[in-house]
Amino acid sequence: MTAPVTPTLLYLDNITVSFDGFRALNALSLTVDHAEMRAIIGPNGAGKTTMMDVITGKTRPSEGTALFEGSHDLSALDEAAIAELGIGRKFQTPTVFEMHTVEDNMLLALKNERGPLATLFSRRTTHEKERIDALLERVRLTAHRYRPAGELSHGQKQWLEIGMLLAQEPKLLLIDEPAAGMTDQETADTVDLLRDIAMSKAVIVVEHDMAFVRDLGVKVTCLHEGSVLAQGSLDAVSANERVVEVYLGR
Amino acid sequence: MRTQSFFDRQTTLVLSLLAAVAILVPSMNGLAAPGSALHLSDHLVPLLGKYVCFALLALSVDLIWGFCGILSLGHGAFFALGGYAMGMHLMRQIGPRGVYGDPILPDFMVFLNWKELPWFWHGFDSFPFAVLMVLLVPGALAFVFGWFAFRSRVTGVYLSIITQAMTFALMLAFFRNDMGLGGNNGLTDFKEILGFTVQAGSTRIVLFVLSVLALAGGYLLCRWVVGSTFGKVLVAVRDAESRTRFLGYRVEHYKLVVFTLSAMLAGIAGALYVPQVGIINPSEFAPAGSIEVVIWVAVGGRGTLAGPILGALLVNAGKTWFTAALPEFWLFALGGLFVFVTIFMPRGILGAVGDLWERSSQRFRSGRQPQPVTHAAE
Repeated sequence: MTAPVTPTLLYLDNITVSFDGFRALNALSLTVDHAEMRAIIGPNGAGKTTMMDVITGKTRPSEGTALFEGSHDLSALDEAAIAELGIGRKFQTPTVFEMHTVEDNMLLALKNERGPLATLFSRRTTHEKERIDALLERVRLTAHRYRPAGELSHGQKQWLEIGMLLAQEPKLLLIDEPAAGMTDQETADTVDLLRDIAMSKAVIVVEHDMAFVRDLGVKVTCLHEGSVLAQGSLDAVSANERVVEVYLGR
Repeated sequence: MRTQSFFDRQTTLVLSLLAAVAILVPSMNGLAAPGSALHLSDHLVPLLGKYVCFALLALSVDLIWGFCGILSLGHGAFFALGGYAMGMHLMRQIGPRGVYGDPILPDFMVFLNWKELPWFWHGFDSFPFAVLMVLLVPGALAFVFGWFAFRSRVTGVYLSIITQAMTFALMLAFFRNDMGLGGNNGLTDFKEILGFTVQAGSTRIVLFVLSVLALAGGYLLCRWVVGSTFGKVLVAVRDAESRTRFLGYRVEHYKLVVFTLSAMLAGIAGALYVPQVGIINPSEFAPAGSIEVVIWVAVGGRGTLAGPILGALLVNAGKTWFTAALPEFWLFALGGLFVFVTIFMPRGILGAVGDLWERSSQRFRSGRQPQPVTHAAE
């Protein structure tokens, strides 16, 4: 690997993604630091999900540079390799393995060898069990350990997915609309959980719920038509005339 | 947890039933006096052996379809390739006893005026080599096919269609005389296997028992694979493929491993099938045959391992009975069965039985506890 060209954890420069001439991302530039939490807001079609797709290797940018830890070129790696580097992703609709128990969902997510032979001959260790115990405790699913994940409530699935993200021990977590479909109490708990996670890891949260974003109390980036429209504290961004015009409404 | 104990019981049940069959069939054929109600006539032994081979083929399809969501509509190809590998060995064993009496060349080559054995026939006079090819040829084809298909992320119905195309292409190729594998007629007129007469009753008993052992071994292997973390990843791929990728698993590698393993199991089934039916020809590659295998799996219960064994045995027994009693109705019966199972038993016979078992055991458990409310409600 070459020497880091940037000290930031995630470095996106001039990223463009076009689908049949439509520019889902238009010269987007964004940096996220180690142990920083960033909230991304913006109207539908602003490019929030496409940006996550680029970071996680699902979509290749047609132009621009995407670097992780200053030296890994994300545009040249596939999903599995990027996950191995330490980028975890939570989808907008909770996606867990419904037929597996909560415990097995966690087991599959635990940081371990990912090759077919390694999993074929792997044995459960007490260390793994302790990790799963601790994570289930943290996302409050200890009581549901042996239930199939498909039986969990919507909010519990969201938390299970966040727990699975933590089990991967990533350096950067991408979290798409964590508060969608949650009760007020669950939303408040999720804010606490994310703030706690952001003490040690970088987190990017995409969210439409402005109250939720306010509670997070972090730097906000507003996307519009595939590029950054405004950036700064929520108050500063909310005061921006263009943001009000295209997103928040008058 | 409950499902876990159900599966452990299932393994015990499957193995004891197979052991019982492996003991009962030979003793009913050999010990019970001909004419007695318990006697199993000679022609039924290879017929049952054929069903057991089909059960192993169904098991191999269940491993990929039931647990990894790969619907192969071309698994008959791997079965047939395993069969051809065994058939080639049996042809070489004929030696100078063919109709034309050529010491080296099989009859069909003499008939076609060939002067020497094609290169790919060399080695097949050795039994260990043939056994190796039974595993390697289907395995290698599955590996190459899977390498391209899974790497290009071909999934779902598109993958099913190209597996179907694969077996169809192989069928056309094997029909050609130039292929050097007997063309339309395939390979037949076998005399001996390892020095034993293929047609002899005792050989057929041994082949039957070996088939049952292979099925039991295949079942245990699949059970082990499915129970490992590898098996949990397979189910994860089946249910949420892209989620599995984002967790860092190389989905294509997992599919490739399980697809190759499954093709090898199908090859073993084909190799055991050929000496028992006494012939292998290109019709084994027929696309309809591979689709029929999928029906056995669906009828028995996809993703249960034991279900497809049951499905293969039941449907084939039904086929034997129907094609003798009401030959023109067999395809309607098969189609009707498939529609019935899809609509009324989406999880197959075993899935339905499992649900019933769970429900009744729940009722049993709750029935033992005092339930004051129900009385008031009544």
